[in-house]
Amino acid sequence: MKRAFPILAIITAALLAYALYQALVVAPADAQQGEVYRIIYYHVPSAWTAFLLFFINFVASVRYLADASPSIRQAAKWIAVAVGVVGAVAAYVIPLPAGIRPSAIATTALAIPAFYFFLGKYFPGENLDILAVTTAEVGVVFCTIVLITGPIWARPVWGIWWAPGDIRLTSTLVLWLIYVSYLILRRFSDSAQTQKLAAALAVFGALDVPLVYFSIWFFRTQHPQPVIGGGGSMDPKMLHVLMISWTAFLFFAFLVCWSRYRLETLRREVEQAHAMASLSAADASRGSR
Amino acid sequence: MKALKFLYAAYIITWVIHALYLGSLVRRYSRLRQQMKELGK
Repeated sequence: MKRAFPILAIITAALLAYALYQALVVAPADAQQGEVYRIIYYHVPSAWTAFLLFFINFVASVRYLADASPSIRQAAKWIAVAVGVVGAVAAYVIPLPAGIRPSAIATTALAIPAFYFFLGKYFPGENLDILAVTTAEVGVVFCTIVLITGPIWARPVWGIWWAPGDIRLTSTLVLWLIYVSYLILRRFSDSAQTQKLAAALAVFGALDVPLVYFSIWFFRTQHPQPVIGGGGSMDPKMLHVLMISWTAFLFFAFLVCWSRYRLETLRREVEQAHAMASLSAADASRGSR
Repeated sequence: MKALKFLYAAYIITWVIHALYLGSLVRRYSRLRQQMKELGK
């Protein structure tokens, strides 16, 4: 395990360098936007990575809340399965707006029970909470990049930094604010219920993710159509580079999450050691009286 | 040419944010290690 981290770090660095080369040199220039469109190779993978991390945070939070009560735990298992199956079937039965692929909805729906059982098995008990705070914090970093690179891209293309009232932009900002609130709550609350409160906030916060993603279809927005899941039309060469870039970002996010997870584990160990030291000091002073 | 500035700005800012975050992780990690050492004494 100790060797895996540096090996993965080397692979990630190589992948990021390769993705940068592909984005700046290999990918063709856009006919309308010219070179500036290449921001897409950082903006979009950052957004997808943030969404994935918030999704993991959502499932980990639900599982953490469910596992806290034995009666809810049993019911939650079946609810997770039902959400996956009903979502997958509904994606093909209910007519969707033009451009949304049913397979994309079905895959996301089925991912909910898959992640629910996977996280429950490999991150039992408090580890679920550690995973939740890890993914929220790293997700906020990626979401910050989305919110900064977006306006930098918009300025030369739209002529404005920000389109006030645009649902995609506003809902992304709200998403960022929700997860920043989540982190502030965790940082400054001393209550014994903080972890449960944060998990509940994360569940509601995650509801903003589909709103951000689907806002393009349901509302008039300045933001272009998505490049996957239907709707957009992207040159296959550009799409290929985008996928390389996303793969590199996923490796990088995994590595950062790994470090943050270890840090949180260590923080809890130190906290526990402090509590033990205080207890033994109190016992010693009582014994000396 | 002016548009290229935006492209480079976006790429540089992305890595500055990641570097700042990684720096904060390293700082927090070394602070915890120090605390762990002090508790061990």
